[in-house]
This record gives sequence, structure tokens and C-alpha cells, in this order.
Amino acid sequence: MRKMKKVVCFGLISAMMLSAFAGCGKNDSASAAIKIGGTGPLTGGAAVYGNAVKRGAEIAVEEINALGDIQFELKYEDDTHDAEKAVNAYNSLKDWGVQISFGSVTTQPCIATSADTYADRIFALTPSASAPAVTEGKDNMFQMCFSDPNQGSASAQYISDKKLGTKIAVIYKNDDVYSTGIRDTFMSKAKELGLDVVSETTFNTDSQNDFSVQLNDAKNAGADILFLPMYYEAAALILAQAKSMSYAPTFFGVDGMDGILTLEGFDTSLAEGVILLTPFSADASDEKTVNFVNKYKEKYNEVPNQFAADAYDCVYAVYQACKNGKVTADMSAADICDIMIAQFTSMTFDGLTGNGMTWNTKGEVTKSPKGMVIENGVYVGLDK
Amino acid sequence: MKAIKSLNKTSKKNFVTIGGLLLVYLVVLVLKNGGITSNLINGQLVPICAYMIMAISLNLTVGILGELSLGHAGFMSVGAFGGVLVSTLMRQVTDSNLLCLLVAVIAGGVMAALAGLIIGVPVLRLKGDYLAIVTLAFGQIIKSIINILYVGLDSEGLHVSVINRMELLEGGKMIISGSMGCSGVRKISTFTFGFVLLLLCLIVIFNLTQSRTGRAIMALRDNRIAAESVGINVTKYKLMVFAISAAMAGVAGTLFAHNFSTVAPSKFDFNTSILVLVFVVLGGLGSMRGSLIAAALLTLLPELLREFSDYRMLVYAIVLILVMLGTNNPKLKEFFGGLAGKVKGVFVKGNKKTGKEENANG
Amino acid sequence: MEFLSNVINGISLGSIYAIIALGYTMVYGIAKMLNFAHGDVIMVGAYVCFFMTSRYDMPAIVGILLSVFVCTVLGIVIERLAYKPLRQATSLAVLITAIGMSYFLQNAAQLLWTSNPKVFKSVVGNGNIEIAGGLHISYVTVVTILACLVIMIALTIFTGKSKMGKAMRACSEDKGAAQLMGINVNTTISITFAIGSALAAIAGVLLCSAYPNLVPTTGSMPGIKAFTAAVFGGIGSIPGALVGGILLGVIEIFAKAYISTEISDAIVFAVLIVVLLVKPTGLLGKKISEKV
Repeated sequence: MRKMKKVVCFGLISAMMLSAFAGCGKNDSASAAIKIGGTGPLTGGAAVYGNAVKRGAEIAVEEINALGDIQFELKYEDDTHDAEKAVNAYNSLKDWGVQISFGSVTTQPCIATSADTYADRIFALTPSASAPAVTEGKDNMFQMCFSDPNQGSASAQYISDKKLGTKIAVIYKNDDVYSTGIRDTFMSKAKELGLDVVSETTFNTDSQNDFSVQLNDAKNAGADILFLPMYYEAAALILAQAKSMSYAPTFFGVDGMDGILTLEGFDTSLAEGVILLTPFSADASDEKTVNFVNKYKEKYNEVPNQFAADAYDCVYAVYQACKNGKVTADMSAADICDIMIAQFTSMTFDGLTGNGMTWNTKGEVTKSPKGMVIENGVYVGLDK
Repeated sequence: MKAIKSLNKTSKKNFVTIGGLLLVYLVVLVLKNGGITSNLINGQLVPICAYMIMAISLNLTVGILGELSLGHAGFMSVGAFGGVLVSTLMRQVTDSNLLCLLVAVIAGGVMAALAGLIIGVPVLRLKGDYLAIVTLAFGQIIKSIINILYVGLDSEGLHVSVINRMELLEGGKMIISGSMGCSGVRKISTFTFGFVLLLLCLIVIFNLTQSRTGRAIMALRDNRIAAESVGINVTKYKLMVFAISAAMAGVAGTLFAHNFSTVAPSKFDFNTSILVLVFVVLGGLGSMRGSLIAAALLTLLPELLREFSDYRMLVYAIVLILVMLGTNNPKLKEFFGGLAGKVKGVFVKGNKKTGKEENANG
Repeated sequence: MEFLSNVINGISLGSIYAIIALGYTMVYGIAKMLNFAHGDVIMVGAYVCFFMTSRYDMPAIVGILLSVFVCTVLGIVIERLAYKPLRQATSLAVLITAIGMSYFLQNAAQLLWTSNPKVFKSVVGNGNIEIAGGLHISYVTVVTILACLVIMIALTIFTGKSKMGKAMRACSEDKGAAQLMGINVNTTISITFAIGSALAAIAGVLLCSAYPNLVPTTGSMPGIKAFTAAVFGGIGSIPGALVGGILLGVIEIFAKAYISTEISDAIVFAVLIVVLLVKPTGLLGKKISEKV
């Protein structure tokens, strides 16, 4: 009897596994829309970026589908900001029949999925994974955001050109690829330009609350400009803590700083005078941005950040390439991939995050970062 | 036949486990080659093997030795980065993927075993939650160290530095670059290779627990003082278990790392350690079969829940709680009896055993 | 001078760890379980207070009281649904259930309140008190330390003198014997959870007042650090939680200031290991005598 039970038990487990296997094997094809899929952290600690991208892309897809020309079907799968889960998410998109990939939202997962999109010959355009390793050696992997080295050297160049300060302090997050990537190139460019970096300190995910030591170090070294290559949550804490110790250097941020003004409950006076290089500002008054921001607010009841804007641009860039390359929904992913590579390396694209964007064969985008300074709670362009 | 009959009950059970595992392997292999399984499942085969090895190796520490460890992912990390380093170096000498991977796995295992020995030392003085926090601390230390570790290779040889990336000669390549970990890793792990490793680890554990050594270890778990009084060497056996368990985690780490083109130190954090612990407890302390099944099911579960989209992880949490309640509470056990009676059978067996152990301890 | 300011910064950080550790250690001391969901109850407490003070413009005290109320109820509900059915099970089974609960709370919070970070408005204002020339100590730190001391004294008196407290200690010593003496073990443990969760609410409000970044995962890392602090001081010991928390904060700041910010975590944990090697049951932990 006991043996019987064991056999039954084993049988049931295998049945369960099998049903699971079969359940995933489904593949509904033959719809008239081109299938675009991406992975991003929709849950977990980095969920804010994944959800922004998903929402930004959704708005663009809705707009394009309403035009009645080329139809897109968008699917985002959760990767919880983890390379392993991202590969799973990507595989599940493959089972769904993805034709064009939006890679992954965050860098580490995108390095993992880009290896797969390269092997599978599926064209990929990531809205926000910015490290060079994402595109390195992959002809079908493109970026919509600045690459980290671009940002790092552009920041150093900017500080040097505008003579924003003489003594620079850097605080970066040393377990974050984005932050260390920018810091690395910033430091080498700063050395090249002869900038004086007097203090360099780090924090990490496990200790991202208290910045007293880092700020003290910068203050004691007499730094008059503080470079913050990081996302806005940490930057908001730094601004508040610097104020409470009455340390007021010029704060200089990168595109991750965008979003700080729309943080719920944030005292915008803290960000007064903060300079940041960002391709997108939700306060811009051009028609495209206003339209996008209004739609986003209406739909999700929050102000979009640069992640959402990059994703929105991704959809439109793909739309433009599909239209010019006469891509149709019945083409195979590999065929689409070849057309898209040809299109992307030759076309010029105007979007929310910049005009006249072009891509080189390495997959990196060229767009000029705009220097912004926060005045009275709004972005003001530095180069008028 | 006679030989099989003469085996004791546990040995028979172990043979059934190994046989069952082989069967599952063959079925999956056939399905995979027949193109029946989805990409999602195919992509998870190697990670599942790695997690299974993690689960049985942690079960050795927690279930057989009876010491709670919260830093098992740290050993996996050592194995992963050590393994990638060695396989990249091996690449200079040979083109054979199998040879590269084999040497990397051995090296990863040895490095992790060394880490296990270092961590094993405080184990001798500490107990229970204090020991648990020390293992957690070691896991965090390993993570922080790899976060600032830069290893590069160029024509002049290997360069190692901390905190700052070094300048490499033309044609040089970073192998480990701090928080970025390794990128551009060749994906050379295969399902069959992973399965063979898993089988080897399982056989080692079964042999160990069935041997004189294993009985000594379990005696230590059940009553240390009594065990010491009959001359069992506590230091030797505890260190041994920690080293073996760490070595296997290292092997799993190497296998895991070579299945993805990138691996970052942040992957092997506290949450991963906890995840493996969940496999072990859910499968039943001391029950290797339970660990294997729990590792496979819980790795697949979040993927199978993708249809819930936004509610996916919420459902996962609820399932986890319900399964724990269902397998550990007498009343709920009956309630779930009709629902998932058979599957549960496996889980409960393991847990019953732990119940007895608790009594023996008390 | 710089040294003193580092000491103060360390105490500021440590007092936050301490106040979380108090809740941890309280539950551990009586129920003998590591409540990994404690950090997430903290997060819920902070969210409740955030919505009261920032969204509905209520006075801070209303926010705090409501968050204490919500967390207490939440603690009781969690205990009833997830932990009570496992009273007879192994402590590891309860640990895993607690982890499941922690996942649940984080994901529920994300669905309810989205993953967008929120900036918490400090309940005590953002000002500083100047102690001596150039040395500042923030209001939050002062309030946190006072709260720690008050809670510590209140808990010590409560467990030492009151009838309920004595029942708790009895349960912690020997559940079976306590039951035989007519103590309702289930109720006692439920009340322990209620108190622990109320403390979590206060800790959440103070944590976010000091470090105003509020996301669904806000509680998890401080939770782990506080758990470390509680073990450092000797888990189950109420004064130990305070001492452990403050020391952990000071060590962390010193490691950052005098050694390196890059590896401060590694140093903190290394110190922890060394201390535990010298004192295997933490700084103020009870020595466990082994029965033969």
C-alpha cells in the first residue's frame, strides 16, 4: 500500500510537471500585429524603472495603433532586476512569438538577454540599459539611452567647460553597474582634463540611508562641486543630509537624477541649483512632451520620468524603422532583424529625448545631453 | 536481486531517488530534443540543476549536521567567480568547452571549500542563531569583497586590483570587474553536464550519510554532548561538513555562472541564501528527495505564475505560506489532504523526521 | 572634533538600528522565532504615517497613533493566520513562513501604493541642536534615542513586574510548564506579537523620519541590519538590542570614515564575527548552560 502511494505520488508530480511544460508550449501566432516584447523589473526593489518603461511604451503603442497603419502588440515580462529571471522572461517572450525585443530595462539583466537576442537573431533596442557591455560585440543590439561612458565623459567635459568648480567630490554606488560605469569614465576624463577630484566615496544597496561620512569627507576636502552619478532616490537623501549639515556645494547629477522633482513629498527647495545632464525633462513645453506627459498623467496619475520617455521613443523609433523598411507582421524575427539593423544604422530619429538621433554600428545612440539647472522647482536649460 | 534485497531501507530509498532522478532526466531530455518543451523550460534546466545542488548541499549542513546557515549563496558566489576566472584562463590553453568547464567546476569547488573551512572555524564556538548570523555575515563579506575586486587578463598575464579598474594592454580583457561581475561569459553549461554534477553530489551525500562518518555527524546533531562522550571528534566532522557543503555550492555556482553570459556579485545575496533555505525546509530537513523536488518546483513556480502578471509575486508568497501551513499544521494538513495529498506526501515525510529530531533534541 | 562628529553620526544611525532591534528581540525573546516580516511591518507603519501626514495633512501624532494601531492589528492578524497554526512545528518552518509573509507584504505594498518612491515628512522636523562648537545632533536622533530608552525601560518593567510580562517570561522559558501553570500560551504569544508590531510602527516612523526614502522594500535591509544588531547585543536581551544597535551604527560609521566606504560592510560584519567569537552569545546575551 505504501509503495502504491509512492508510485501515485511520483506519477502526480510528473503529471504536474508535464502539464506545466505543455502549458508553456502554447504559441498563438497569426495575428496582424508585430510582437514587441521586453523584460524589466515590474516587482521588487527596482520596480519603479520597469513600470515606467512599460507604461511609456504602452502609451506609444496605443498612439501608433490608433493611426491604423502598422499595428504593434506589446508585452512586458517581469525580471525582478535579476539576470537569471530576465533570461526566463525573455524565453517566455520567445514562446509568445516575440519579433522585436526591447531588451531589458536594467543593465545587468540586459547583458544577459542581449547575448540571447544576439544568438536568436532578434533585433533588440533597450530603452535604458546603458553599460557598454550591453551592446559590445552584438550587431543587433541598440540603445536608446546614453551609454555610461558618454555620460561620464560628457559630465566631466561640461564641468570643465563651464568652470562649475575647482574641487570635485564624487559619491557613487559601488554595487551598481550604472553608477560605477559613469564614475569610471568620469574619473578618467577628469584626469585627462586636469580636474581636481578631492574626495571619492561610495555607498551600496545595503547602506544607502546614511551619507554623513561621505558628505563630511567631501566637505572637509573643501569640494565645491559634488558629482552624483546615481538615481534620484539616493540623491534626494544626499541633498537633504547635505542641507542639514549646512554643506552647499554645486550638485551635479546625470540622467538618473531626473525624476527628483516629481518625487512625492519631496521638498523641491532642496534641489535648488542642482545641475543635471538629462535628455528629457517633463517640464519641457514642446508639443510632443506636453502631449506625452498629459497622457501619462491621465492614465497613471503620475509624472513620467526619463525611463518612460526613452521607452516611448523606442516604440516610435521602431515604428519609423518598420515603416521605412516595410516590415510586416508575418515576417520572421531574423528577417525583421536584418531590416532593422540596416534602418537603425542609417536613419535619423526625432523623439522626446532628443532631436536628430543617430545610431552607430556599435548600437550606441548619439544625442546631445542637455544641461539643466533646477530653478524655482523647474528645469531651466543651461545652454540658451 | 539478492543484493538489492539485502540493502537497508534508507539505501533502498536512496536508490529510488537516484532512479527517479534518472527517469526525470531521460524524460526531459527526450521532450527537449523532441522540441515539445517550451523555451522557458529549456532555459531553466541548468539553473534548476544548480539550485538542486545548492539545496542538497545546504541540506547537508542544516538537515544532517543541524546547523542553520544563512550565507550559502556566498559559497555559490565564490564558485561562480572562481570558476569563470579559471575557465577564462583555460580558454588560453584549450578550445574544448567540456575541459574548460570541468576544470572550472573543480577549481570553483575547491575555492568554495576553502571558504567553507574558513567559515567553519567560528562554527565550532557558536550555536543556533548566533551561528546563523555569522554565516549571514560571511555571505555579506564575500559579496562586498567581490564588489570591489577587479581581475584583468592581458598579454602580460593576470592583473588583480581592488577598488579601481586597471589599465590593460591592447587586447586585454577584464574577467571580473567589480559590481559588474563578469560579462561576456561563454555559455558552456549544458543540461547533461549539470545533471551529471547533480548526480555525483547526490551520490556523495548518500554515501556520506550512510557511512560511519554520516552516523557520527548525525549523532552530533542529535546530542553533541553524548556524541563527544563516545569519542566523536566534533571539530573534524563539523569542518568536514562545512567544507563539503561549500564545495558543492561552489560547483553549483560555477555551473550557474556558465549558463548566463553575465554574472554579478549582487545575485548571490542574502535573498538567494534564503531562497535555498526555503527549498530545504519545504522539502523537509534531512530529506534529499524533498530538497530536489522543492528546488525544482519553487524555481519553476514564479515562471508558471506569469499569467497572473502584476499579482505574480503576491501569489507566489501566498502559495509559499499555504504550503508551509499545509505541510506543518495538523488541521490544515487534513484540509489540503484532498487537494494536494499526494504531492504533499513527499514533503510531510521529511518534516515528520525533523519533528522527531526536535524531540530528540529537547 | 571630527571624531566626535563621527561618534554622533554613528549614534544617529545606531539609534535607528536599535529601535528596530528592540521589536525583533522582543518577539524573539518570547516566541523564540525570527520574525523576518518585522522589517516589512515597519514599512507598512511608515506608509500609514506617510499617507496621514503628507496626503491628508493630519498632525504627526495622528499619523503615529494610527500607524501604531494599524501595525498592531496587522501583527495580530499575521500571527493568527500564519504563525499560530505552526505553534507545534519546528522553528525553521515558522522562519520560512515569516519569509513568505515578508514577500507578501512587500508585493502587496507595491500593488497598493506603487513602487514609486515617496519622501517621508519627518514627524519631528528637520532641525538640529548644536551641542558644542560645530557639533550638531538632529532632532530625529534625540527623539529616537529617547524613544529607545523609554521603550527599553517600559519593556523591562513590563516583562519584569506585570502579570502578563511574567507570563511571557514563563512562556519563553518553557511553554509546556507555563501551560501547566495555567498560562494561556497562545494569547501570551499573540500579545507579544501585538507589542512587537506596535514597536515596529514607531520604528518605521522614526526610520523614515531620519532617512525619508519610502519604497515597498524600505524595511528589508534595515530589518536585516537590526537583526544583526540584536544578535550582536545578545538576542532576546532588551538592553542588548539597544547596545547592539548603537554599537553597530558607530562601527559602521567608523569603518566608513577611517577605513574605506567601499568595504565598510565587510568590516562591520567582520567585527561582528570577532565579537561573537569572543562572546558567543552576544554582548549581553544569556549564557546557555548545556544540559547533559
